[in-house]
Amino acid sequence: MAEVELRVNGTSSRVQLDPRVSLLDALRERLRLTGTKKGCDQGACGACTVLVDGERILACLALAVQYGGREITTVEGLGRPGRLHPLQEAFIRFDGFQCGFCTSGQICSAVGMLAEHRAGVPSVVTPRLAATATPLSEAEIRERMSGNLCRCGAYDGIVDAIQHVAGVDDRAATAEPAADR
Amino acid sequence: MEFLQPATWEEALEARAASRDAVPIAGGTDVMVGINFGRLRPALLLDLTRVPELQQWGTDDGAVRLGAGVPYARVITELGDRLPGLAMAARTIGSPQIRNRGTVGGNLATASPAGDAHPALLAAGAEVEVASVRGTRRIPVADFYRGVKRSALADDELVAAVRIPPRTGPQQYSKIGTRNAMVIAVAAFGLALHPDRRAVGTGIGSAAPTPRRAPAAEEFLAGELDGLWESRAELPPATAARFGELVAGAAAPIDDVRGTARYRVHALSVMARRTLTWAWADYRKGDPACA
Ligand SMILES: Cc1cc2nc3c(=O)[nH]c(=O)nc-3n(C[C@H](O)[C@H](O)[C@H](O)COP(=O)(O)OP(=O)(O)OC[C@H]3O[C@@H](n4cnc5c(N)ncnc54)[C@H](O)[C@@H]3O)c2cc1C
Ligand code: FES
Ligand code: FES
Repeated sequence: MAEVELRVNGTSSRVQLDPRVSLLDALRERLRLTGTKKGCDQGACGACTVLVDGERILACLALAVQYGGREITTVEGLGRPGRLHPLQEAFIRFDGFQCGFCTSGQICSAVGMLAEHRAGVPSVVTPRLAATATPLSEAEIRERMSGNLCRCGAYDGIVDAIQHVAGVDDRAATAEPAADR
Repeated sequence: MEFLQPATWEEALEARAASRDAVPIAGGTDVMVGINFGRLRPALLLDLTRVPELQQWGTDDGAVRLGAGVPYARVITELGDRLPGLAMAARTIGSPQIRNRGTVGGNLATASPAGDAHPALLAAGAEVEVASVRGTRRIPVADFYRGVKRSALADDELVAAVRIPPRTGPQQYSKIGTRNAMVIAVAAFGLALHPDRRAVGTGIGSAAPTPRRAPAAEEFLAGELDGLWESRAELPPATAARFGELVAGAAAPIDDVRGTARYRVHALSVMARRTLTWAWADYRKGDPACA
């Protein structure tokens, strides 16, 4: 057994666990944060996407004990009923889901993706030598979200929701640089 | 099962030497699949993510020394200008989430014939720096691959870094297989033109028991480019076609669920011809790095 301090959504907990337990199982079964889903347990579906220090990773391919002391954010930490994250609101408004199983992973992934895009990270469809600030076209969003599968095929709504939030972000960024939400 | 999280490189090497059946873990994108499905039951897991040296890159002796634990996402954003071939290969790996964690060190240690870093490292002429408590050695990447998922790494050694000469000319990477999560290349090809040495580098993936170069194709093309390096004249289509045939001739593929051997050979010849055409077009335009 190993002991690890898990810092999730701003709350710190000391957990005793077998070192081979994934971060996904630790979140769901030890901390009872079941918003993060297990689709495949092998890195292929993205349902388990969470943010670690703001970066999107797959909780099923992470060992819980590797992440002691790191700042972990799950879908539960993004927004609350009545005070949703803009992406959560946009997923509802644009029908970004049907059964909802992939949704928490999609939303956490989109949060990480928008941060990557703001930081100027290129994708495989970004024109060669393009500097920063390539707009988030539909093709860019689809490529950058390619690690998140949706068995219900709600992709059009997902893309619309993200594009909406990205557009709002862009405008906020150019109009008032200090804008915060 | 035990878990160790060394904070220094010395501690990591000592732990590796003390427990030869320990399983190192970096990004976890290969190891965790084995653990989750019970195929891997290590007595000791050795977490390398807190060893600062492994998470850094720098330049040394004219080469980029890329720490084994630098994730693909950083190779793409920080080294795209110096190591374009490797960065292009990295962009095709897994999904964005996999690229935020997966490392070149992990790709090397896994030594899968389908690993995407390998063709780019072969084409660039990289060296793998491995270390143990006994000391450090450098292995030319072409000698590192020893069989299907077998490498030259001894059981007390860790991959410290990979040393890659920065580009002096155009580089390309091409991969067949839909590029998305969970996709393994059906065949892949990496090309590097080295105008400084008047040489050509190649790397083939997923088309032999190990990643490998295509030496006959490299020699042929270097011969054909003799004189053209200076004139930057057009490349005769027959030269590109012959190059493609020679690259395909270096493969020793198998039939499997992802594709037949015949398809792989054909795909390689097409990828080699196309990447050469693109790379030479860049060179003729005065590829910025060769100025
Ligand atoms: C869904 C999915 C898609 C994928 N797609 C691709 C793809 O398109 N292309 C591709 O090439 N790969 C792909 N992979 C495989 C994997 O992501 C890569 O091989 C990656 O480079 C592994 O790096 P890692 O740091 O995650 O390795 P880990 O899983 O941490 O380790 C891999 C192996 O290397 C050993 N190891 C790690 N670091 C060291 C070190 N410094 N010294 C000695 N041994 C070490 C480990 O013990 C283990 O045997 C995919 C995997 C998944 C799950
Ligand atoms: S459950 Fe982690 S990617 Fe599918
Ligand atoms: S909404 Fe059902 S899987 Fe995406």
